[in-house]
Amino acid sequence: MIEVRFFAMLKKLSGTGARQYEVSEPITVLELKQLLKEDMPALSEVLDSRSVLVSVNEEFARDDELVADGDVVGLLPPFSGG
Amino acid sequence: MDFTDEQIERYSRHIILPEVGGKGQTKLLESKVFVLGAGGLGSPALLYLAAAGVGTIGIADGDVVDVSNLQRQIIHDNNTVGMAKVESARKSIEALNPDVVVNTFNSRLGIENIREVLRDYDVVLDGSDNFPTRYLMNDASFFEGKTLISGSMFRFDGQVSVFKPADGYPCYRCLYPEPPPKGMVPSCQEAGVLGALAGVIGVLQAVEAIKEILSIGKVLAGELLIFDALGMSFRKVKVRRDPDCALCGENATIKELSLYEQAPCELRT
Repeated sequence: MIEVRFFAMLKKLSGTGARQYEVSEPITVLELKQLLKEDMPALSEVLDSRSVLVSVNEEFARDDELVADGDVVGLLPPFSGG
Repeated sequence: MDFTDEQIERYSRHIILPEVGGKGQTKLLESKVFVLGAGGLGSPALLYLAAAGVGTIGIADGDVVDVSNLQRQIIHDNNTVGMAKVESARKSIEALNPDVVVNTFNSRLGIENIREVLRDYDVVLDGSDNFPTRYLMNDASFFEGKTLISGSMFRFDGQVSVFKPADGYPCYRCLYPEPPPKGMVPSCQEAGVLGALAGVIGVLQAVEAIKEILSIGKVLAGELLIFDALGMSFRKVKVRRDPDCALCGENATIKELSLYEQAPCELRT
């Protein structure tokens, strides 16, 4: 099970704080994004935009890095307010 | 430099800290910090930087004080409503600590002169309220080799990080190569923010600026701190330099400053 957590405005766009995905083998961050887009089309534009920081177990992860069973993924958008 | 009796008393709680001492306090008095935005984040940051005896503080903001600012922008008050924010901030700082020299920039900063202005400062603090300015400050700080202490907020959440690409740490673009699409930028109705959150985040920025000047402790370089006020939790995410970063990467494509457009609503505080 991969747990994906949504933060700030992504929580609103996805309509949820977290979601779990079963995977039989490790997948890349890019593949996980694809899964998320199919599951929640409202996230498509944002996930395609390179404006969301993806963390895997509290560490920044690039699109080609792997996510495996038991990992916690965070989707962190930037904030503009000051 | 020699302290006056008044300074020894004023900074005594710093001077008795071994990590600061007279030497550190002198460093602070000789330091120059540039603060972009005298708003929610800038207000508390400016007050603590001034109280700490940062010798020169540059403040840039093009707005005037509005009553709706006072819920969080604590450097301003009822008596300065209608006044330029930079002047209102100067007034508060001068009342707090006469040791501080304040330089103000009221809407005269842009692509043409921002680099030249930053050149005079040691540390840059970003408390701006829109993405175009955040990217501009990141790029200008990178080109001038200045440490950028970034803070930002959304409703009940805040982020803080220290960008030092000159020392091998990531810049803002390493984390966020592109600004978010329109759908992700909060609308006017959604742009509310918990006033006291600005205090938490702005003061964390001041703490990082002071540590950076004193070269003590470990700043949030290579780390993104995320504060959730409702859950009352602090989390840190490890971040790293992107070798493909368009600004600080090996094959950088951004060679000069530029500004992109954004919807007018989002540009407002």
